[in-house]
Amino acid sequence: MNLAQKLEILADAAKYDASCASSGAKRRDSSNGKGVGSAGGAGICHSYSPDGRCISLLKILLTNVCIYDCQYCINRRSSDVARARFTAEEAIRLTLDFYKRNYIEGLFLSSGIVRNADFTMEQVVRVARELRETHDFRGYIHLKTIPEASQELIEEAGKYADRISINIELPSEKGLRELAPEKNLRRTQEAMGGIRQRIEGSKEEKKHYAKHHRATPRIYASGQSTQMIVGADASDDSSILKRSDHLYRGYRLRRVYYSAFSPIPASSSVLPAKAPPLVREHRLYQADWLMRFYGFNVGELTPSEGALKGNLDLDLDPKLSWALRNREQFPININRASREELLRIPGIGVRSVDRILKVRRWSAVRLEDLTRLRISLRKCLPFIETIDHNPVRLNLDGDRLKERFLPKPEQLEFDFSASRSSALTGEV
Amino acid sequence: MISVAIEQSFDSWRSRAREFLQKGISPSEILWSSREACQDELFHMGEASEKRDRSHVRIPKAFFDLAETVACHREEERWALLYSLAWRISRGGERHLLSLETDREIRRAHAMAKDVRRDCHKMRAFVRFRKVGESATGREQFVSWFEPFHHIVERNAGFFRGRFTGMDWSILTPEKCVHWDGKELHFTEGVSKSYAPDDDELEDLWRTYYRNIFNPARLKLNAMRAEMPVKYWKNLPEAPLIRELTNSASYRVNQMVDRTALTPKDRPKSSYLDGLHESNESLTLSQVPGSIAPYTLDEWREMASCCRACPLWESATQTVFGEGNPNAEIMIIGEQPGDQEDLAGRPFVGPAGKLLNDALSAAEIGRGELYITNAVKHFKWKPSKGSVSGRGPKRLHDKANRNEMKACRPWLLGEIAKIQPSTIITLGNTAAQSVIRQDFRIPSERGVVKGPNDVGFGGKIIATVHPSYLLRVRDRKEKEAEMRRFVDELRLAGDFSH
Repeated sequence: MNLAQKLEILADAAKYDASCASSGAKRRDSSNGKGVGSAGGAGICHSYSPDGRCISLLKILLTNVCIYDCQYCINRRSSDVARARFTAEEAIRLTLDFYKRNYIEGLFLSSGIVRNADFTMEQVVRVARELRETHDFRGYIHLKTIPEASQELIEEAGKYADRISINIELPSEKGLRELAPEKNLRRTQEAMGGIRQRIEGSKEEKKHYAKHHRATPRIYASGQSTQMIVGADASDDSSILKRSDHLYRGYRLRRVYYSAFSPIPASSSVLPAKAPPLVREHRLYQADWLMRFYGFNVGELTPSEGALKGNLDLDLDPKLSWALRNREQFPININRASREELLRIPGIGVRSVDRILKVRRWSAVRLEDLTRLRISLRKCLPFIETIDHNPVRLNLDGDRLKERFLPKPEQLEFDFSASRSSALTGEV
Repeated sequence: MISVAIEQSFDSWRSRAREFLQKGISPSEILWSSREACQDELFHMGEASEKRDRSHVRIPKAFFDLAETVACHREEERWALLYSLAWRISRGGERHLLSLETDREIRRAHAMAKDVRRDCHKMRAFVRFRKVGESATGREQFVSWFEPFHHIVERNAGFFRGRFTGMDWSILTPEKCVHWDGKELHFTEGVSKSYAPDDDELEDLWRTYYRNIFNPARLKLNAMRAEMPVKYWKNLPEAPLIRELTNSASYRVNQMVDRTALTPKDRPKSSYLDGLHESNESLTLSQVPGSIAPYTLDEWREMASCCRACPLWESATQTVFGEGNPNAEIMIIGEQPGDQEDLAGRPFVGPAGKLLNDALSAAEIGRGELYITNAVKHFKWKPSKGSVSGRGPKRLHDKANRNEMKACRPWLLGEIAKIQPSTIITLGNTAAQSVIRQDFRIPSERGVVKGPNDVGFGGKIIATVHPSYLLRVRDRKEKEAEMRRFVDELRLAGDFSH
């Protein structure tokens, strides 16, 4: 098997992992080194695939041979997919060759489980070690970690990687038991806890170095993330978001990625192929944002009663949906409200809120000012009050207000079996 | 009226602008334009009013950061716009202008800066180097062709130097070219595309990657176009694949759906897998055994790690069991693990643990003489207010309730029964209430405990405060006094046990 054939199999095997971030690494470049590479600050997406996902890292598996049998995964042992394995040298060569042509920000390396966790982790760590030590590679490295791997290996992985991740895959223990019998929520969370301690410990050490005006050595990865598959098990949005909240708070993850369960060429009889719930995935990301940057509590994001109980509204964005459920908190006065209150207004984002706060120190904000700040009034008008606008005159009662925002009737999600030809036009 | 033609650079604008501002020449009196030549030229047309307030001109640094970016924009209007802003800030009494994003000129400047930043970013993303050979010293040599929309080659050169230090490279553009030879950046005049190489042996592999990282089941062309605008496609080696991948997507998905689903295979012979399955099955224990008698302390610990007798396990990471000398004379019982203990799986490793260690060494009690545990063995917490990703603690300690204390009690009783200490020190209310009696109150009944206790312990019991209480005392003097009292109480235990 030649390199191109291996790449075909091992890139295909890696594509179901949504993570692509190359941001947040320690700032560095190759100016005093003998190799190439820089990182730090905002990541760069070097290309985009027609599936709308960015291509930032060379995302590959070292091998797609796997002894686990996770039903949602193309690489599970029951799958009949073609198998391949990169040697460490091949993975290193590809990374460097791609990097020097500016195709990528670095490497995202993962692997099927071969023999056991430690054996697999050793192979993965070896690639990272040689990239850093032999080739002085200073680009971005993201390593997928196995919760059951030894502490020493997790320690070493973090020494070379900018980001470490362990995929939680499903939000509940029950889901894992049914679909991923080798995985376990508790072991995963314990490992995440250990990684958080290492990341924080290395931050403390960095402070210490800075205090003594010494250059900081490479200590540990600067962040960890995870991925949850949406739509493979029966978990509702509320339990997915609660798990995320738990992970963000407990283990300080940088990101939780949500990945709509997508049909794979070798689907399992337990999980037949169906259209990926892309709208749901999108709504979960929006809700995630509200938890991370808008001060929303996880309990507020999904309705606690009614037909949608425990789930996000697919037709409306979660902030608008929350506002409609909490009409009594509006209107919010743009000129007087606190930052926290402004963040609750549908259609107004964090940056716009900060701009409003700056502007209103000097003059009262009018509707036309909002337009100048490129805020779309369509969404926020019924919820705000300015010196020249009071929503009372819109005279919108509960139901009519909601109708105002509902999309024009059109089919958003498709069932493959029902209407195949149109199944793939469903952009969000 | 003054007409000034400046070189396409921020510096030449700045030196002119400074001069005009000092002379007090208003924006309406100047006509700005760009020129290619190296020297600026200044034409006086008619009566340029030399006004003549030469006072010092002060402009905030933030403006220069913005102006430096705007200066790279391709639109000619930028020089006049920048001068007008500089004038309004320094002479027009609008020093706060930069924060007024509703102002027309500020909005325009921000929009232009955004165009420039985006173009810079896209250049960093979409430059594709092609290898042309190796130098005599063995350095690989690469050349790229790129067509920026603004004057950003110089602005971006440092980025490429920092990233690709270890190789020689040139980026050719129609307006200006930049070259790196390992020592210095050189800039030369722009060239045509025919100067750039038109292939690289790696591009086939890159296209292989591009083709296979694409998931046909989630076609989202608009999302792709928004971030990778069509105008860049002509210089991207992977772009010709887009049409093919898009067109074949639905066929590929239908094929997946049509395939017969595979049934799960049996577990292969593997001791590693057996171990995982065994561990997964043994991870729950909803009934706490009545007595520790048939078990060793290690078995007790193992069982406790699977405890689900109350709901606290759900939001915690793990059970935090006691640890220390199994033959200890002194047993310290705290309230419950905190954020750090929950992650480490060990008691008293966080800030309160650190303080306890200090106090113990002040009392001359070594940790080796102790067994340390908690009354409740899972971390109970409530969420902090505000966003989950920001600074500060995210899980705030929450007091365990009666039921939770009760559910955890058998584990503690087992520990006491196995360790058989001569002295127990309880830290804080929860521990004291768990061990002594339910209505025990720390500040009033603090010290050596007389009378019976709920665990039927025959040795000495000392009830004192929890070290986290000491952490909360603000006043320094009070804190020192409290610490002394705490150490004295610990020492009391040391005396008893010797």
